[in-house]
Amino acid sequence: MTVKEIFETMDYGPAPESSTEALQWLADRGGIAGHYINGSWGPLRDDFTTTNPATGERLAGVTNGTEEEVARAVAAARKAQPKWEKLGGQGRARILYAIARLLQKHSRLFAVMETLDNGKPIRESRDIDVPLAQRHFYYHAGMAQLMETELPDRKAIGVCGQIIPWNFPLLMLAWKIAPALAMGNSVVLKPAEYTPLTAMVFAEICTEAGVPPGVVNIVTGDGSTGAALVNSDVDKIAFTGSTEVGRIIREATAGTGKELTLELGGKSPYIVFEDADIDSAIEGLVDAIWFNQGQVCCAGSRLLVQEGIAEDFYTRLKTRMSGLRVGDPLDKCIDIGAIVHPVQLEQISKMVSDNSEGETFQTAAPSGCFFPPTLITGLHPASTLMQEEIFGPVLAATTFRTPEEAIEIANNTRYGLAASVWSENINLALDIAPKLVCGIVWINGTNMMDAAAGFGGVRESGFGREGGWEGLVAYTKPKAKPTKLKPIQAYSGNGAPSDPLDRTAKLYIGGKQVRPDGGYSKPIYGPKGALVGHAGLANRKDVRNAVEAMNAAKGWGKTTGHLRAQILYYIAENLSARANELADRIKSLTGKAGKVEVDQTIQTLFTFAAWADKYDGQAHGVPIRGVALAMKEPVGKIAVFCEDDYPLLGAVAPMAAAMSMGNRITLIGSEPFPLLATDLYQILETSDVPGGVVNILTGGHAELAPHVAGHADIDAVWSFSGSDISGTIEKAAAGNLKRTCVNHGYDHAPPAKDLLAAATEIKNIWIPYGE
Amino acid sequence: MQTAIDESLQLPQIQEPRNDGMPLDLDWVASVQANTSAIERRAKTLPGRRSVKKSHQAAWLCKAISCMDLTTLSGDDTEARVRRLCAKARQPVSPVILDKIGMTGLTTGAVCVYHDMVPTAVDALRGTSIPVAAVSTGFPAGLSPFHLRISEIGESVAAGAEEIDIVISRRHVLTGNWQALYDEMKEMRAACGHAHVKAILATGELGTLRNVAKASLVCMMAGADFIKTSTGKEPVNATLPVTLAMIRAIRAYEARTGLKVGYKPAGGISKAKDAITYLAMIKDELGGRWLQPDLFRFGASSLLGDIERQLEHYVTGNYSANWRHPIG
Repeated sequence: MTVKEIFETMDYGPAPESSTEALQWLADRGGIAGHYINGSWGPLRDDFTTTNPATGERLAGVTNGTEEEVARAVAAARKAQPKWEKLGGQGRARILYAIARLLQKHSRLFAVMETLDNGKPIRESRDIDVPLAQRHFYYHAGMAQLMETELPDRKAIGVCGQIIPWNFPLLMLAWKIAPALAMGNSVVLKPAEYTPLTAMVFAEICTEAGVPPGVVNIVTGDGSTGAALVNSDVDKIAFTGSTEVGRIIREATAGTGKELTLELGGKSPYIVFEDADIDSAIEGLVDAIWFNQGQVCCAGSRLLVQEGIAEDFYTRLKTRMSGLRVGDPLDKCIDIGAIVHPVQLEQISKMVSDNSEGETFQTAAPSGCFFPPTLITGLHPASTLMQEEIFGPVLAATTFRTPEEAIEIANNTRYGLAASVWSENINLALDIAPKLVCGIVWINGTNMMDAAAGFGGVRESGFGREGGWEGLVAYTKPKAKPTKLKPIQAYSGNGAPSDPLDRTAKLYIGGKQVRPDGGYSKPIYGPKGALVGHAGLANRKDVRNAVEAMNAAKGWGKTTGHLRAQILYYIAENLSARANELADRIKSLTGKAGKVEVDQTIQTLFTFAAWADKYDGQAHGVPIRGVALAMKEPVGKIAVFCEDDYPLLGAVAPMAAAMSMGNRITLIGSEPFPLLATDLYQILETSDVPGGVVNILTGGHAELAPHVAGHADIDAVWSFSGSDISGTIEKAAAGNLKRTCVNHGYDHAPPAKDLLAAATEIKNIWIPYGE
Repeated sequence: MQTAIDESLQLPQIQEPRNDGMPLDLDWVASVQANTSAIERRAKTLPGRRSVKKSHQAAWLCKAISCMDLTTLSGDDTEARVRRLCAKARQPVSPVILDKIGMTGLTTGAVCVYHDMVPTAVDALRGTSIPVAAVSTGFPAGLSPFHLRISEIGESVAAGAEEIDIVISRRHVLTGNWQALYDEMKEMRAACGHAHVKAILATGELGTLRNVAKASLVCMMAGADFIKTSTGKEPVNATLPVTLAMIRAIRAYEARTGLKVGYKPAGGISKAKDAITYLAMIKDELGGRWLQPDLFRFGASSLLGDIERQLEHYVTGNYSANWRHPIG
């Protein structure tokens, strides 16, 4: 076209970024992506091919890591880790800083390589992925520097196996490796099979940055390599990817003692109220669902529009969609690039073509591995496309009438990763944000991410946070060495009752003393064989009833910290009034003097009463004009298998921790000595504890564990039990991916702060401001 | 003195019906929302999202010239100074370069001067289709007696100005007196007669983007043909966020009335790259129809020089120098 013709049409024309340097980089290294173990390359085998999804051309061969190769990488990491940790915060900070610098120096190579391998627009890899990856290393260089002074009681976990997805290959690598290295861990990372190339470039800069051999290891391969890594001798698995695979990993690591963090799928709501800046909300959608072809776990994929503005909103949205440019991802003027792989394209196409509900609006896309921006309006929460993650540029839309209904629809999902709220009314926006069940809320914005703010979800979107102070928990553990628990057997006997006046211990559910559903009780004997009493044997129906009771007590989460503190102090007061009686009871059951335990219990109640209004969130220093508020929210409903050998303290400590943070709780009392837990309910009854906030069951831990951990309406299970149930709990927890905090057979009486951390989820609420 | 529209070739290209305004709709004004942070994010990322290269870039830069109100608004303007500017408007780029890219005959969109310079500019542009725009109504502060502001418009039109750039009373916006703003604008529009009126909002003095969006809407309701950001004399002039707020108001007005209103960013746009970003924003937010001088203008004085250097670079492959291009 001549200048004159273009002058008339005012078309954009091609604006290609060159791929020459990146392709040459690959060619210079033999065109194979393979393992980087102990600071050297190899083996490099051409087992399968990674292609440029935009063109279908082969980019490189990829080595499919074997079990033996994974084991070798893990061994290298194991050997290198102690020295890396001993290098100290300052030493590690220097190296992380060097990595950040090198990422910057080679920024265009990383960006082009990412776009070639993944198909995302060069604009995104250049302006978002690569700068954010750099930012994570800068940020965590700082965390390494501060670790010794700010986290004096924490140490590295050891060797971390990290498995990352194909949607943000370099960025996810940075999110995983930067905090792990900062805290003194070594890593074995497996990039996704579709997108191993930027990890190769990264491995090379590790050498240039002076990362000691073995501290960073990369093994390439497909799902089988990932499975080998999960089953290898690592101390932790960090996984980002699909909920389906996350569940498999949860089951595979259950009972092994491996730490686990999962960042999984989402179906994040994008809520637009009628008083929003509609044009900005529409532009936000471009960054929500048409960012990275919609292949984003936190994509705002469910549009919820207030009914009165819906038609106008859809009309304007369609106009905006028509302006989106889909095509060659290396073109600097392209909004939407290629879908990562034909397999994914097929999946997106099928989900959209299988849908017969609502109205579908699509713009055009070139032939090949591209999918056009798609809007489906008139859907309902019951529609498949409102529930299932599509992981493509497809927006599913519905309407709501009131703020309350918006929340109800928004939370009507198995997922809980992120949410966007658009309103110019600060009262409305700040009221909605805490009510959304998710890990991240963006007010009048979307897909804002930064190293300083934790990223991660709740429910089946996984657990653990990446970024911020909260993200460091995932790569550290307490310095204190746990000791192996000795199982405690209940005493047996056939003696007469120590007190002939029978006291019937019942279960305590919903503020009422109830008989066990099954109608069975177990005699409890003292050390000398005297019958101390009977304890009810709870079954799965009692668990169900306890959960119903917890549901009914949902107002507890909205009480003030001050009120919860008052109630905890009141429990301590009432417990203190009966201190001698409780001490005697402990002695009659365990044979040990109970006074110390009663004193400790009162102290513990004071401790958590103190924390109830002091476990503050943070305002993160994110690089926007605005704040990211890291709010600590209650996990929800927690079930606890109590410690066996401290029958009173072991019940009260987790109860108080959970209560103080606004959780509802079901305690399964000490199995050999259950009668302290049941004594407790009389104290609760006199201490203004609302019914259902604390429920107490007694019975066999091993029998109850699968039912408790398998219940889909319990958010977390803790076990300090002497029974070997950690594996059972972790495995059954895979069902709804509930949080677990289990002892793996060790004496695990966590410090107060660790219990508080387990009792809370951190939600980051991003609030950009400015008029 | 030529006054008839049909003899002025630049504006009569207009196919669109003129915006005759509508009754003031205060509910609409009250419902206007503009989220500053979100608007700024859009503005900040746009340059990274849109890029034009090579012949497309050259064509886009020529488009910028054709949409340029080449401007001099200085206390020391003289007739000779204005004639020099008009000569530049007639021949904004070296004929050699224009010939090489097949754009011979390219002129700027208009010349913009103070009232006293209108006859000189009209005379200097005789025989071209380049209209003369006059800033008016007590420019730049707009605080002279109202009847004098209105008669100033009439005199400029009588002197041959085909476009009148009026300034609004900022105080009406700052006090939320939309009725007063509407009445003032309506009267000014009436005083312009056949001449087209550009309403200068002086956005740098309106405090918030929300005010900018509301003032844009009220001026369009009162019959503005163009809405324009700035006088060039405020501390902050045209910016991309302000542009978004204003062109989204234009879009909303068109959706409601079917009428297309023009947009003119003025002041602070001095680089060829910035001009392309503005054009891309207009194209993406309003559509390609707006990339014509009847609906889009740059108010600029130094922008042309940078564009000339870029065009020479396109033709020769070598970076250019200021002194190789005639001054205006």
